[in-house]
Amino acid sequence: MDVMDRIKQAVEENAVMIFMKGEPKMPMCGFSSQAAQALMACGKEFGYCNVIADQEVMANLPRFADWPTFPQIYIGGELIGGADITVELSQNGELQKMVDAASVAKA
Amino acid sequence: MNMQTQIEAKLNQSFNINFLEVVNETHMHNVPADAESHFKVTLVSNDFEGKMLVARHRMINKTLAEEISNIHALALHTMTEEEYFKKFGKIPESPQCMGGGA
Repeated sequence: MDVMDRIKQAVEENAVMIFMKGEPKMPMCGFSSQAAQALMACGKEFGYCNVIADQEVMANLPRFADWPTFPQIYIGGELIGGADITVELSQNGELQKMVDAASVAKA
Repeated sequence: MNMQTQIEAKLNQSFNINFLEVVNETHMHNVPADAESHFKVTLVSNDFEGKMLVARHRMINKTLAEEISNIHALALHTMTEEEYFKKFGKIPESPQCMGGGA
């Protein structure tokens, strides 16, 4: 499957999806770590892709949603942003609402 | 021009700025001593009024596209003047004089 199709599929099939450096329980970047922790704190399942282990995704993800950096977090098929946005939404309680809404819609 | 100055200059050109702070955080990372790789931007501007965080970050990403391609990390914190006031209870502080006018 073409890499852009793989990214599209991951974003569409997972209510919450993070493309990060490393894995949620073994992050390899401070920003990826913060974002993954914010998602884990929401208590819902989420999909993840380790872009260090998938160089093709790493090289092509920036043009998928015209976003130049990692991590990238998608909720309900939409890019919500990177680590700073995810942490800020987590702190003001919005992230939980967004994750809950997307998870219900997907179930 | 170093990277920090370049980032400040580009943002100054592109935004109506109430407060801008660019911090070089490279020393917090395991990189060569002369590297300029990790930066944090705090930008308070009423240009962000009515815009979601993702849109605000896109505005900065576009302005700093060239710089982003040459550094490893750019942390972004974006607020309107009102949001800053709500969060910190005061208007953004101007930086201290550092003696440059003497």
